[in-house]
Amino acid sequence: MEFSALPFIIHIFILAITPPFFLGIIAKTKAFFAGRKGPPLLQVYYDLIKLFRKGAVYSKTASPLLKVAPVIIVATTFVAGLLLPITGKAPFHFEGDLILFAYLLALARFAIILAALDVGSSFEGMGASREATFGAFSELAFFLGLVVLAVTTNALSLNAIFQWESVHPTLKPVFLLLFFSFFLILLTENSRIPIDDPNTHLELTMIHEVMVLDYSGPDLGLILYSASMKLFLFMALTTSLLWPQPMEWEWISIGTLFLKIAGMAVAIGIVESANARLRLIKIPQFLIANFVVTVFALLVTVFNKGT
Amino acid sequence: MIPQFLTIQNAISFEESKIPVLERDVWHQAILENCSVGKTRIVALFAEKKNEGLIRLYCILGNDGRKLLHIGATDIAGPNYRYPCLTNQLPEAHRFERELFEEFAVLPEGHPWLKPVRKQNGTSFYKLGGEQIHEVAVGPVHAGIIEPGHFRFQCYGEKVLHLEIQLGYQHRGVEALMVKSDPLRQAVLAESIAGDTTIGHGMAYCHAIEGLSERSITPQRSQSLRAIALELERLSNHAGDLGALASDVGFLPSAAYFGRLRGEFLNILMELTGNRYGRSFVRPGGVSLDITAEMVRDFKKQLSTALTEMKDLAELFFSASSVLSRLEQTGILKQNVARELGIVGMTARASNLLRDVRQDYPTGIYRIHKINPVKMITGDVYARAKIRSLESKRSLQFIQERLDALPHDKIAQPCGPLKKQSMIVSLIEGWRGEIAHVALTHSQGEIRRYKIVDPSFHNWMALSVVMQNGQISDFPLCNKSFNFSYAGHDL
Repeated sequence: MEFSALPFIIHIFILAITPPFFLGIIAKTKAFFAGRKGPPLLQVYYDLIKLFRKGAVYSKTASPLLKVAPVIIVATTFVAGLLLPITGKAPFHFEGDLILFAYLLALARFAIILAALDVGSSFEGMGASREATFGAFSELAFFLGLVVLAVTTNALSLNAIFQWESVHPTLKPVFLLLFFSFFLILLTENSRIPIDDPNTHLELTMIHEVMVLDYSGPDLGLILYSASMKLFLFMALTTSLLWPQPMEWEWISIGTLFLKIAGMAVAIGIVESANARLRLIKIPQFLIANFVVTVFALLVTVFNKGT
Repeated sequence: MIPQFLTIQNAISFEESKIPVLERDVWHQAILENCSVGKTRIVALFAEKKNEGLIRLYCILGNDGRKLLHIGATDIAGPNYRYPCLTNQLPEAHRFERELFEEFAVLPEGHPWLKPVRKQNGTSFYKLGGEQIHEVAVGPVHAGIIEPGHFRFQCYGEKVLHLEIQLGYQHRGVEALMVKSDPLRQAVLAESIAGDTTIGHGMAYCHAIEGLSERSITPQRSQSLRAIALELERLSNHAGDLGALASDVGFLPSAAYFGRLRGEFLNILMELTGNRYGRSFVRPGGVSLDITAEMVRDFKKQLSTALTEMKDLAELFFSASSVLSRLEQTGILKQNVARELGIVGMTARASNLLRDVRQDYPTGIYRIHKINPVKMITGDVYARAKIRSLESKRSLQFIQERLDALPHDKIAQPCGPLKKQSMIVSLIEGWRGEIAHVALTHSQGEIRRYKIVDPSFHNWMALSVVMQNGQISDFPLCNKSFNFSYAGHDL
């Protein structure tokens, strides 16, 4: 296999630069449904620039962990992004890298939960406990979803899983089920409505936002940046179920990537505009229902294999 | 009804000498007997310092069913002013007795939670024992632009076992200032008691002064205009609260549209009064600005558009199943609890307790033109949201009827000097509920004691009660569904 530098560089470039843009698309979609003009598409970039130029304030009770956590989160999310094929082949891929992908994201979650507990605020403790609880439910469905993909495609590498071309995946009902399931996981993992509300200012109802209350300046910037990257990864992964990457890298695949992720961002914006948030105690039920959907996908796959 | 008490009427003054001053225990017993059968409730309970180490306690009771107000007083002597407390039998007296304790060092013997209402002075909070109980402290500085208040939760996981609310951060000493100030400033002060109830408190003050003055004819036209302003204030606050509720549950379209509708009502209020919140409009003797026939036509057009929009928006908001699942069965205030706590206004009506000053003790234009109150049965967040949209529709229709039938007399007629040694109780149904202003004049005909009871003073306890055994994540929604006033409570 010849190594080509260009797709590699473009992959890193897209992964590092574009994610905040899609948050702008979601915000625009929500503004449209609320009859508003909405913030500029590039607002998240302006916010990031503003945050990186600021100083930071740290809680007196916090340990150095608080300062390390944002770096861990950005690093793990970025490395996870290198395992996922988005335009052509993934820069790094090997048998079983889907396990690494899931665990890198889990490590990021672990870091943010520790940091939230570290500051000793009662709000952030609550947020950490919620994140851990709901995370356990959504990771379960996420892993099972990956298992279904692995069984269907006979591969253990994300690169191979998302690069089939013999059969168009939408022809298989299992992918529709998985698409649905991964979409709900996406909403959960990225603290969107109906699970969490990224725009709320109410400390007592937040999940993700409350854990980062004590962050300011560049640290908050890193967290915001990695959150946008995580959302980007989940959107790429979910859309790839219905619209996979081409086998070989070509320029046009950058266009298709932006098209499908922008479409996904609009879909998220519509879901957020049309729904209110769930009551917090109902979220586990919601996530278990989602898990059941994934179980169905697994059953369908296993029985198909048998016949 | 109450043999020992004097029966009085809303906004009509009476000589101070007519107030029966009872024996301490007779007074205490009379209040308990009348309230315990559920017929009357406490409208106001306050004190005035007499000379020679004597404090006089006044109690004003309201019998909503028979539409009667009663007053009775008792003198308690120093040096350690004591009387047997009412709270144990009558929970609605709870905050009033704490206020007496704080302001006059009166000791209600046997009070279960005797701590100051407004000044904290390092008093401790109610605490639960146990290793797994955690305490969450919120405020007084909040995210967003709400007023300051401190909330102390005792939680077991996500479940709230106890909530204590500490207010007083906005205490400005309004009651004392009212006595010190000249009449021009008094009106301005009354309007600043709670910024979102400018018209309500302004009207309560003006009714008090007009009732106390020796000759006063408030022109019919000004009374109509006042009622229009009061209902516009109700509309703008109800629309704003519905928008805030929508934004709390994360339902963006309704949040934005209700917010815009609130702006429409504020704009009409500005055209009518010259100020978006209606300041400097209601003054003793009448109102300060008139409206032209052209403005009437314009208002009616705007209001009928607003009525259609209100209906459409309510339809959108109350038909979304994700919204309903959030509102229904959250923060239930049962009817019997609401009655025990002496809850008033919109909050009481959402809990199937029909208390409305406009119907029970009508003044001004409401004496002639009735506005039928609405009530809901369930007492949950849904009921408190829904009642806002239902009341808004009634208010819109009422304003249109009043605009159609505006009397053609003057807008103001100056009042005469105040009666000497007199007292007046002035009640107004503000958008939150019953606003009570009580004024006493001395022998020179000037105000010597001015007591203000904002509806929130009665109602704050409801929030603590509905949060018991609730989810802490539901607190912001419950709080917004009541939307009590911090400034009105703190005075």
